[in-house]
Amino acid sequence: MPEEKTVTLNMGPQHPATHGVLRVVLELDGETVVKARPVIGYLHTGIEKTMESKLYYHALPATDRMDYLAPMSNNLGYCLAVEKLMDIEVPEKVKWARACLAELTRVNSHLVWLGTHAIDLGAMSMLLYAFRERELVLDVYEACGGQRMMTSYIRIGGLAHELPKDFDKKVLKIVKVVRERLNDYEKLLTDNEIFINRTKGVAVISAEDAINYSLSGPMLRGSGVKHDLRKANPYSGYENFDFEIPVGKNGDAYDRYLLRLEEIRQSLRIAQQAIEGMPEGPYRAHVPGVVLPPKEDVLYKMESLIFHFKIITEGFQAPFGAVYQAIESPKGELGFYISSDGSNKPHRVRVRPPAFVNLAALPRLVEGSLFSDVVCAIGSIDIVLGEVDR
Amino acid sequence: MEEKVRSFLNSSFGEAIIKEDNFRGQQSFYIKPEVLIPICQALLENGELDVRFLADITSLDWLGHEEEKNGRFELVYNLYSLSHRYRFFLKVRLPGDSPRINTLTPLWEGANWLEREVYDMMGIWFEGHPDMTKILTPDELEGHPLRKDFPLTWEQPQFSWNKDQPPEVVR
Repeated sequence: MPEEKTVTLNMGPQHPATHGVLRVVLELDGETVVKARPVIGYLHTGIEKTMESKLYYHALPATDRMDYLAPMSNNLGYCLAVEKLMDIEVPEKVKWARACLAELTRVNSHLVWLGTHAIDLGAMSMLLYAFRERELVLDVYEACGGQRMMTSYIRIGGLAHELPKDFDKKVLKIVKVVRERLNDYEKLLTDNEIFINRTKGVAVISAEDAINYSLSGPMLRGSGVKHDLRKANPYSGYENFDFEIPVGKNGDAYDRYLLRLEEIRQSLRIAQQAIEGMPEGPYRAHVPGVVLPPKEDVLYKMESLIFHFKIITEGFQAPFGAVYQAIESPKGELGFYISSDGSNKPHRVRVRPPAFVNLAALPRLVEGSLFSDVVCAIGSIDIVLGEVDR
Repeated sequence: MEEKVRSFLNSSFGEAIIKEDNFRGQQSFYIKPEVLIPICQALLENGELDVRFLADITSLDWLGHEEEKNGRFELVYNLYSLSHRYRFFLKVRLPGDSPRINTLTPLWEGANWLEREVYDMMGIWFEGHPDMTKILTPDELEGHPLRKDFPLTWEQPQFSWNKDQPPEVVR
């Protein structure tokens, strides 16, 4: 009988370090990973198919449920795509409010990432601190959309309703508190010898490879490619804000950690600017027959009531054509490709999921490295399986 | 940049470009399936255009629509130039029975999972792909869910309510 040299090990789908239901089939030679094969699809719910069968408005809540750590980003991407398809220009105030909420979402998503990544590598207390700060962001969500996670607050043509009264105070409090506490996190992790040993030089990918693997977001920037859609193709008023794009050098897990911390700082900067410079104006565009009229009008004006009724029951007819709108979500390039056949339902909605594309590079990151680094590699990609599987 | 892409494609592959389309400021080219690989190869080698980023591959099913006469399936290749910050689309039409096309994996590693997803969801076979297997749906599932003739409410694999009922097509 020939001597078996490698061992096949199954990791997941029920494994705490895989952040959900990711399964990785590993081929090990001693402690070294020879081959890794991620197996996904355990959370596939057919969101793209569901959205095809719904009116444009009714398809919106499905987007929250993909990347459930960044609901506002998903809403924003979908709404921008539909607005591009229908050629709707939203009021300035909406743009600023959306940008502010999208940046808070980035803070939220990166904080959860920070906590879970640290606990994967043994820094238990980090999770508790990160979730404590995340609670502040969820409070803003709750005040805006009435829910803590599945907000659906950003709607086609504007927002669901007026921003809550003490919105600016709450956001400024987050800016102040999180900015201070980021320094505490740095004390806990940045110079922590164990953390450095577990992340430095681990899960390395070069800039060349990162582009070849179509990576985006922190995975791409960590390797030194300065590409951020907020600067490259500004949407939703990002050209008005003053912020930096941090980039890494070595493309390893440690660089991506530093980069995400810096991204939180830049997001706070944008959120502060958005609050301080937010213009006055309506919270929804005035496009009769396409954008829902404000609720106050529906109660007192007949035309608004009729439009409201018609949009909810039959929706609106979109012109024949296809649009693609990409935004910089916390995980990377989140794109919505909406194809319309001229009816009131989308013919096809394609979501370009950043985590899905980034996860495809996992074998490249871990092959040849130690088995214990697999956990660090999965963590540093920052996946949400709801979005990977859709 | 728009003009540069157009003149590059028209000068090198003029006969293989069926039509150019511009909708909401998005440039897209309908090309013949056989020139996809040469065009992508040429774009990768062209340093001036610098189209090195394959953002996405997706597919559409035009069953029952008047567009079906040009080919039932449409593949959309989403290409991006990092230095010019410019995005454009290559679109390919494929026939309804046994649609197949060459894979892009030799040029972009990122095409691997994107093509697997298109195969799983739409049933388009990519020739030469190193690992053409299902990626999202369960192994027991028959058919390709995003095709228009795939029922919306039919549970598959059957394990609860619809064991003895015929498939019901909604939409």
